[in-house]
Amino acid sequence: MKRRDLIRLTSAVCLGAPMALARYLDMRCADTGDSPWPAPNRPAGRPGALSRYGFAFEEVSRQAGIHFTHQAPSLDPKLNPIMPIVASMGASVSVVDFDRDGWPDMYVTNSATGSQNHLYRNMRDGTFQDFAAAMGVADLNPPGSGACMGAVWGDFNNDGYEDLLVYKWGRPMLFRNDGGKRFVDITANSGLPEHLNCNTALWLDFDGDGHLDLLLGSYYPQEIDLWHLKDTRMMPNSFEYATNGTRKYLLRGRGDGTFEDVTEKMGLTSKRWVLAAAAADLRGTGYPDIVIADDYGVPEFWANDHGRGFHEIGSQVGIAARPKSGMNVCFGDIFNQGALSIYTSNISERGVLIQGNDLWTPQPGTSGDNIRYQDIAETAGVGIGGWSFGAQFGDLNNDGFQDLFLTNGYISASPDQNYWYDYSKVAGGNSSIIADADNWPPIGGRSLSGQQMKHAWINGGSGQFVDVAPEVGVTQTFDGRSVAVADFWNRGVLDVAMACQCGPLLLYKNHVTPDNHWIKFDLRARRSNRSAFGAMVKLFWDGQQQIQPLCGGSGFSAQNDRRLHFGLGKATKIEKVEVRWPSGETREYPSLKIDQTNVLEE
Amino acid sequence: MTTVPISDAKPAPRRGGFRLDPRYHPPLLVSCILLAASFTTGVVESPLKIALAIAASIVTEMGLYRFSTGKWPNVSSAYITGISIGLLDRSPFFWPYALTSVISIASKYVLRTKNRHLWNPSNFGIVAILLLAPHAVSPLSIQFGNSIGPMVVIWALGTVIIYRLKRLHICIAYAVSFVFFAVIRAVVNHHPIAAGIAPITLAHMRAVFGELKPAVAAEIAPITGPMYQLFIFFMITDPKTTVKSRSGQMLVAFLVAAVECGFRFMQNVDAPFFALAIVGPIANLVEIYWIPGTARKTVDTLVPVNGARA
Repeated sequence: MKRRDLIRLTSAVCLGAPMALARYLDMRCADTGDSPWPAPNRPAGRPGALSRYGFAFEEVSRQAGIHFTHQAPSLDPKLNPIMPIVASMGASVSVVDFDRDGWPDMYVTNSATGSQNHLYRNMRDGTFQDFAAAMGVADLNPPGSGACMGAVWGDFNNDGYEDLLVYKWGRPMLFRNDGGKRFVDITANSGLPEHLNCNTALWLDFDGDGHLDLLLGSYYPQEIDLWHLKDTRMMPNSFEYATNGTRKYLLRGRGDGTFEDVTEKMGLTSKRWVLAAAAADLRGTGYPDIVIADDYGVPEFWANDHGRGFHEIGSQVGIAARPKSGMNVCFGDIFNQGALSIYTSNISERGVLIQGNDLWTPQPGTSGDNIRYQDIAETAGVGIGGWSFGAQFGDLNNDGFQDLFLTNGYISASPDQNYWYDYSKVAGGNSSIIADADNWPPIGGRSLSGQQMKHAWINGGSGQFVDVAPEVGVTQTFDGRSVAVADFWNRGVLDVAMACQCGPLLLYKNHVTPDNHWIKFDLRARRSNRSAFGAMVKLFWDGQQQIQPLCGGSGFSAQNDRRLHFGLGKATKIEKVEVRWPSGETREYPSLKIDQTNVLEE
Repeated sequence: MTTVPISDAKPAPRRGGFRLDPRYHPPLLVSCILLAASFTTGVVESPLKIALAIAASIVTEMGLYRFSTGKWPNVSSAYITGISIGLLDRSPFFWPYALTSVISIASKYVLRTKNRHLWNPSNFGIVAILLLAPHAVSPLSIQFGNSIGPMVVIWALGTVIIYRLKRLHICIAYAVSFVFFAVIRAVVNHHPIAAGIAPITLAHMRAVFGELKPAVAAEIAPITGPMYQLFIFFMITDPKTTVKSRSGQMLVAFLVAAVECGFRFMQNVDAPFFALAIVGPIANLVEIYWIPGTARKTVDTLVPVNGARA
């Protein structure tokens, strides 16, 4: 071969090889099922999934008596051309045992004017009945009152019964739970703000005084009345660094259903477009830090200064690296090393916008005030999740490792017509263009990241997750928003409830291989806030350890079962359980029985 | 992106004092943009990814040039290609940055005729990666905080430097053409109701304009974003892959905007890249084969003209 030919051949290889490699690597990222290569040995049906993955879901909402369809709000007619975009949230699910019968119930919000929220009481026979109207928490969307966006439960008066906060585009509402028999609206004298466009709320005891406090995070600016707009300049002024967001509210609870606004005093001063938040003691101080997922910006990490205030250290700890479209915050100990990772969800749309979700994992050797996070979502296989919304960690197959369930899908309309082109056109424009809803082309009947497959990622334990959603029976493609995990049938497995925008409430009953064992903890605080929010439970078994926080809200507009569930794999006993209570007391609980729920008292 | 052939931009004679070789103006401008983006709005998502793109680009250039000629190249154009890819590619993964760079540089050595490579390297690389890896890569569309400040800075700096390189007319021709086609798209796509119901009067014109204003704003919006600043100043002005005559360059810029308009009617979010990838090589081929005396002369017919070497 002549040198000239050799040069040509080498150059051609240098061009062709990376192109082939790019195609191959892209197919490994594909989450849309259009891979040209066959799926490897996909099991057929539930028996196959059970034998291969150790679990399988069955969507049973209808059989369980759940007939709920979310309705979106209709806002100011000036927004009609892009109403599905502006009014794209409000479907939520939060789990609570409101009557303390030992069976988890569900509260589901609706958003259209006149639509009803539902309080699904667990009838202990596999069915649920709506008690919202009877209990006084159904009709929360009357004309002129705004639209419900979500709800969180917390025992603010420490009487043992979880009370209810419903947050809205409008005034948030607070209901006292009177012995599980009825709910009393005590909003009027509670000190809650008069008007918010709130999309996230947390119960937490940030100062450890034993009384639950509240964090409220808003999306649209507080001063905007979405039903009576002065003008259409109400959109973010940047897709990545929006500066026209709004304040948060940190409300210190007095334990009697009244709250004091301590936002400024505690230093929580940023103004952002908040969509999700969760709190847990991430730095080992004994006080809950707050992680906030913001749309049109970087996430926030508010470090708790021992209950005396907060300071923002997102850049310092590494999670504020890239502005994205944050829509979820949840925590999980994915390596069983006693350290919590943070999962935030964003947008990934094939060929248009690949933000990728983030799995922030503590860097080895860092902890406390020096903790640093690195994003391992891509290597872990949980980075590409479509237009992602709510997610939750939970051991879905009881193998001893925390898995991850993610819902997604923004606007499902015509599957053949896509709004992405117009969306990207405006979103990349100058702030004066993007900020004015009047400049956004009408969406009509087009979809925007609609009809998306959900993700059920199982954790192999070595930092690698594998999506098995379709194989284990998660095949619905509604526009998912909120995900909550709970053992609804008290069988020692984690079931999944998923609320969908303009869609049904789905209930995935989990069937788990009986070979794996489990243990569950029901925390009963005495000195701490009665809900025990902020408690950190660390389980030691079989040479492993796993930590789980008890959160007063996590994911996107969601709240999980307060009982903490740990899978144990094949292990038949545990070594010990260590609980750090919100009061600061740390206590060990040895010799607890597995395959049952253990009540842990402070 | 822009590679600077000696035939188009010769080093300026020294007249006393410091004068920077014009060949280094584009790298300097791109570097300034990178630094400004990093330090003002903090929007450089990952310095590591940009560094990887630059490194892959330079290493590929050095390897292929050395292998082809036995000499070491001037790597300024590879440096620009790397930065451009680092800014224009968007991916949570690292590998697309490296592969786009390698593809871009390698294309110069493979896709060529009569001593000229046909595609702008980074344009080819980005189009290739967008087609090959749509699940992992998207083009830059949103950056610099959507604010006016960085845009003004880039336009000011870009105007001065591109003017000194005598290629500002290309930028202006493209920008004007884009706006022209944006208005056409707004009219065609949005069918103002007022247009069909009233005689042509001043009030009628105002009504039509009022109805069209949001649509025009939406159609013009992309050119106010950062991707277009880079595209206009560096990709379409690349001396190595544009035709030689001034009028021809302006015609090509117009045609790029026209083809892009076609892609935009098809709702393609990568319209400018695809348009240039189609129009650019066709224009070059026309010039090479139908317009005599335009093929550039180099010593080694296999090797791209490299600014500091040829």
